[in-house]
Amino acid sequence: MDNSNLVQGLPGTNQVATVNVLYFARLKEALGRGAEQVVLPAGPASVASLREYLRARGGVWESELATTRAVRAAVNQDMASNDTPLRPGDEVAFFPPVTGG
Amino acid sequence: MPVRVQTEDFDVGAEIAALRRGDPAIGAIASFIGLVRDVNEGDRVSEMTLEHYPGMTERALEQIVAQAKSRWNVLEALVVHRVGCLRPLDQIVLVIVAGAHRGEAFAACEFIMDYLKTQAPFWKKEQTSQGARWVDARSTDDRAAERWSS
Repeated sequence: MDNSNLVQGLPGTNQVATVNVLYFARLKEALGRGAEQVVLPAGPASVASLREYLRARGGVWESELATTRAVRAAVNQDMASNDTPLRPGDEVAFFPPVTGG
Repeated sequence: MPVRVQTEDFDVGAEIAALRRGDPAIGAIASFIGLVRDVNEGDRVSEMTLEHYPGMTERALEQIVAQAKSRWNVLEALVVHRVGCLRPLDQIVLVIVAGAHRGEAFAACEFIMDYLKTQAPFWKKEQTSQGARWVDARSTDDRAAERWSS
């Protein structure tokens, strides 16, 4: 994915942190999209805070990303945990537990 | 490249021949082939679609092979995993490990499959007599992978 267009806000304005979010398998189907850019709320961001932010959209977002659901996350293509920090331009993926082999 | 993700089928004999070619240090080769079955959880399966995370999947597989090579005296290793639409009888995954002796080849091959099952981003969706459904992860696979860290 090309991140070169992601800007961190104009000089003198509040910084805008954008991350590329990917969804796979059951999540992609249920949420109706495979990828989107998300502008994070101000302040430090983590996998957990992004998931909470997405959950606040309500509906399927609230149910599919509920803390009781088994959802795995990766940041920049490495497995991540809830407290993995996010930086502008990061690629964050959410997906169900894996079932290959 | 010791890992490949592809839609095409693979030829086990040709892959083994390529892996061992010209290396007289290899005394043992262990392989595993995963196949599509026609039944799962009591329902007939007519078709299966495998999805992956391009980029991360290959990285995860490479890391698993690297871990196996750091634990055992593995001379060569290969993982081939298919994605896309598969049917019963089709081959899904191939793991080949070559070593000097059988013990390390068997162990490393099983380790790679156990870690692949729980850590490599692949997802299966199956068409059954009860409709289409995503396959759930199994706790028995988690326990199989945990054995290697005790």
